[in-house]
Amino acid sequence: MTARAPATRIEWRLTTVVDVVPETPSTRTLRLEVPGWPGHRAGQHVDVRLTAEDGYQAERSYSIASAPEDDKLALTVERLDDGEVSPYLTEELRAGDKLELRGPIGGYFVWDVPTGGPLFLVAGGSGIVPLMAMIRHRNSSLAAGDREARKKLPTRLLYSSRGWDEVIYRAELAALVDKDPTLEVVHTLTRNPPDGWTGFHRRIDRGMLDQVAWPASDTPRVFVCGPTPLVEAVAGTLVDLGHQPALVKTERFGPTGGPT
Amino acid sequence: MKKATNQSRKRSVAGDRPVDSLRLDGNAAAGMLSEIFVPDLTAGRAKCAGCGTTRSIGALHVYSHGMGMVVRCPACDGVVLRVARTPTRVWLDARGAISIVISGEN
Repeated sequence: MTARAPATRIEWRLTTVVDVVPETPSTRTLRLEVPGWPGHRAGQHVDVRLTAEDGYQAERSYSIASAPEDDKLALTVERLDDGEVSPYLTEELRAGDKLELRGPIGGYFVWDVPTGGPLFLVAGGSGIVPLMAMIRHRNSSLAAGDREARKKLPTRLLYSSRGWDEVIYRAELAALVDKDPTLEVVHTLTRNPPDGWTGFHRRIDRGMLDQVAWPASDTPRVFVCGPTPLVEAVAGTLVDLGHQPALVKTERFGPTGGPT
Repeated sequence: MKKATNQSRKRSVAGDRPVDSLRLDGNAAAGMLSEIFVPDLTAGRAKCAGCGTTRSIGALHVYSHGMGMVVRCPACDGVVLRVARTPTRVWLDARGAISIVISGEN
């Protein structure tokens, strides 16, 4: 791992929207050009600030979806119908528009390849976003043909969504799994499974975690991200199953399923 | 979702939504703390003045409000940090932390 630049104060910066990519009916990925971006670590977030004509400001945190190796900074935003910020970001923002943000923020919920594995990721809904940055980082920084390096970092994602159409990054995850036997993705659909669905069809519970997670004796690095009730239930169950609390890192999105 | 502990149920908010569901992680305070400290504080550790437990600040509990954040100890629910922003100032009350240790590598 290369040495990181000395810490400098995190400043607000004006970014340019390169494009807006639809992910699911309620989520969009914003790809941003950020002049002077110092780089980030997988799992970090940014604060986005909108300023109204009358000077009123609203700020929200969004996880970074892109890997540190990617050339554009990507945020995936879920539209919350009663939100102050997300409807603008998902429906109004267009390529070429400016967006004010500060970051990268947070040094706790982060994972780099040198941190090691096995890696067990648990996502609820848009909680997939910072975990996707970890998966993308792992994929980008390990050579495609380097089976040995990948075997040393086996990765499992347990991903809870309401329905199949609401699975963010569905095609990309499937393509990554196809190419990499050391990456496994297990979906559970809590509400509307498609016809013929044979996977899990319930909320994440103890039985599911017992079946899908690496055993505690393998001391996996665990990252759990999603709505607060899901995160607390999953983290508590993993500790009950013998996982070390210090290795189970959580990021709660609050009651709405959206970031803070 | 309704499985609140007795302690947290006492602090319920208006309506029927338990305050538990509003709980965030210490990570969520990182942006606001960056207005005060240059190194990232959430990767550091704090010792709770209430019960003496030491944890990563990113693993503490955060309750976010319009003006700021209250950071509580997951072990005893005591207030470790309070951060508030006014139009011209940022306030930090850290009396709930006996010590805060951050990496010297920053």
